[in-house]
Amino acid sequence: MTGVGRRTLLRTGLLAGGAGVGALAVSRLSDATSAPSRADEEPPPPAHPATMPFRGPRQAGVTDDPQPFAAFVGLDLPAGATKDTCRRLLRVWTDDIDRLMAAKAPLTDLEPELAEVPSRLSITLAVGPGFYDAAGLVPHRPSWLAPLPSFTIDRFDGHWPQTDVLLQIRADSPVAVAHAQRRLVVGAEPLAVQRWVQRGFREPLTSSRPGMPFRNLFGQVDGTVQPRTDGADDALVWLGADGAPAPHGLAGGTALIIRRIAMNLDTWDRADRVARENAVGRRLGSGAPLTGRLETDQPDLRAEDELGFPVIDPVSHMRRAMPAAPHERILRAPYSYDEAPTGRQRSNSGLVFVSYQADPLRQFLPIQRRLAEADLLNVWTTPISSGVYAVLPGALPGEDLGAALLA
Amino acid sequence: MTCTPVPPAHRTKRLAEMATLALAAATTLASCSGSPDPTPIPVASSPRPGSAALPPSAQQGGQVTLQSGWAKAGSGMTAVFGTVVNPGAKDVTLLGGSSPAAADVQIHSMVKQPDGSMKMTQKQGGLTVPAGGSAELTPGADHIMLVNLHSALVNGGDVSLVLRTADGANVEWTVPVRSFAGAEETYAPEDHR
Ligand code: HEM
Ligand SMILES: [Cu+2]
Repeated sequence: MTGVGRRTLLRTGLLAGGAGVGALAVSRLSDATSAPSRADEEPPPPAHPATMPFRGPRQAGVTDDPQPFAAFVGLDLPAGATKDTCRRLLRVWTDDIDRLMAAKAPLTDLEPELAEVPSRLSITLAVGPGFYDAAGLVPHRPSWLAPLPSFTIDRFDGHWPQTDVLLQIRADSPVAVAHAQRRLVVGAEPLAVQRWVQRGFREPLTSSRPGMPFRNLFGQVDGTVQPRTDGADDALVWLGADGAPAPHGLAGGTALIIRRIAMNLDTWDRADRVARENAVGRRLGSGAPLTGRLETDQPDLRAEDELGFPVIDPVSHMRRAMPAAPHERILRAPYSYDEAPTGRQRSNSGLVFVSYQADPLRQFLPIQRRLAEADLLNVWTTPISSGVYAVLPGALPGEDLGAALLA
Repeated sequence: MTCTPVPPAHRTKRLAEMATLALAAATTLASCSGSPDPTPIPVASSPRPGSAALPPSAQQGGQVTLQSGWAKAGSGMTAVFGTVVNPGAKDVTLLGGSSPAAADVQIHSMVKQPDGSMKMTQKQGGLTVPAGGSAELTPGADHIMLVNLHSALVNGGDVSLVLRTADGANVEWTVPVRSFAGAEETYAPEDHR
């Protein structure tokens, strides 16, 4: 097996698990055909464990390479919820998540087999503004944990409103995502009630470098310019990193912004490749800036064409999204969605845009403001929902998620 | 092969029915468990491997643990599930017990009725956990029944119970309470022989 092939295989738990099963089947076959030499035979190699650690100071699923399948589940606390409701909810979920991420069934699971396929499952728990109301923690609520201001481009249809809690469930297998979602939602009742689910997907194998750029449904390489996830840019992502003060109970957490953005594939079909590349300022094939050759090349914003026009359009998406100050950077982990069209729609597609940042007001808001003001991509894209959540710090052994917040 | 699902419309009636049946069962506990003394066992503050006051044989029974144990949230009557593990060298039989949360704690099993349906009933002779082995308590099969709950068990809470073994030991377990849609078994107290 070549180095690349092997790495790819190891990276995806689904394939790794499959390889293990294959090996087992083969060894059974040889058992049957060569029964006499059975004692000499080595036991089949174990399936590669493809689980992500749950216990630790930070939750999984933030700086990890995004797995190909995701579900974002918005839930609300029941009317009259108290700190006790919150505490019991987090206790139940901590135990369930601990088991699920270890590829073990939650306590009440009657389909344990669905949980037992290691699929690099990560479950990340985040809370919305309403959680602070219920828990009696309003004075401790970070200033950024509030709805974003509305932008002129927004066309919210009320289907995916801000909720009190958010579960981010990601895995190499859609079965693992579906099962974890079902068990967590059912197991939480009546402490939390599901309001909506946003499912998404990305290509698993097209990228092998940190940041995991993928191709969205416009065919663009998405995720090229990102903060580093190796620790160098921790202060941009994690609360309390580099000794910066963290809001009460959130050191080791982060802020999550989720925006559902419809992408109009019908009008996109009418744009030629030149117009499409101009809209972003990057090439569709390589993802390179229009002034460069490689995806990693720095864009040259001053370059002009023969007629004296800037090569990278000043209102291209990349140009508008670039940081105006060094801290205006966010870690993006979007997923494509492609739901069944309704009525006379031909497609119902877009991006579940997700970003992590230590301070949405300082980092995210200026970018979104610029994009709302002017961005060629806005011709084809429409935000249809928005939510802001605080990703809780991780749970150390014996601890429940949210322990510091609810202490 | 498990339980008799009860349509939601019948649930309220059934709960009331169950409470009455449970009461009946509780009053007959002494006769069906074979124990002459139905007084509740006081709850110990922590799990303990037997106590000095008990005869040496009690040390065996005191060692059994409940792994991945949980109780179904609910009111009236509810069940505890998990894996009972016996690390000792002798079989241990759990007969029943007590809980601060309920009027009685019984060992139940599922028994096929003459009409073919499965109903739960007190397990004759208790639950025997083999030496060095384990016994499963699962929805639709053997389980521990908390009878006549004093108040509802809520998701995310805890419930503790003390079980009495045939050799006279008491084991105390505290298990988390979880929401669960199954285990809506029908009780058949008339099956007590
Ligand atoms: C459907 C909606 C969107 C699409 C299709 C999209 C697509 C892209 C693409 C193709 C790139 C260039 C490659 C890269 O660096 O990743 C890019 C860059 C970027 N986008 Fe978006 N994007 C969308 C929405 C947003 C939103 C809502 C934000 C934040 C408010 C955002 C922030 C950024 C940032 C910060 C960059 C990197 C800019 C740089 O420094 O070069 N994008 N996006
Ligand atoms: Cu029962």
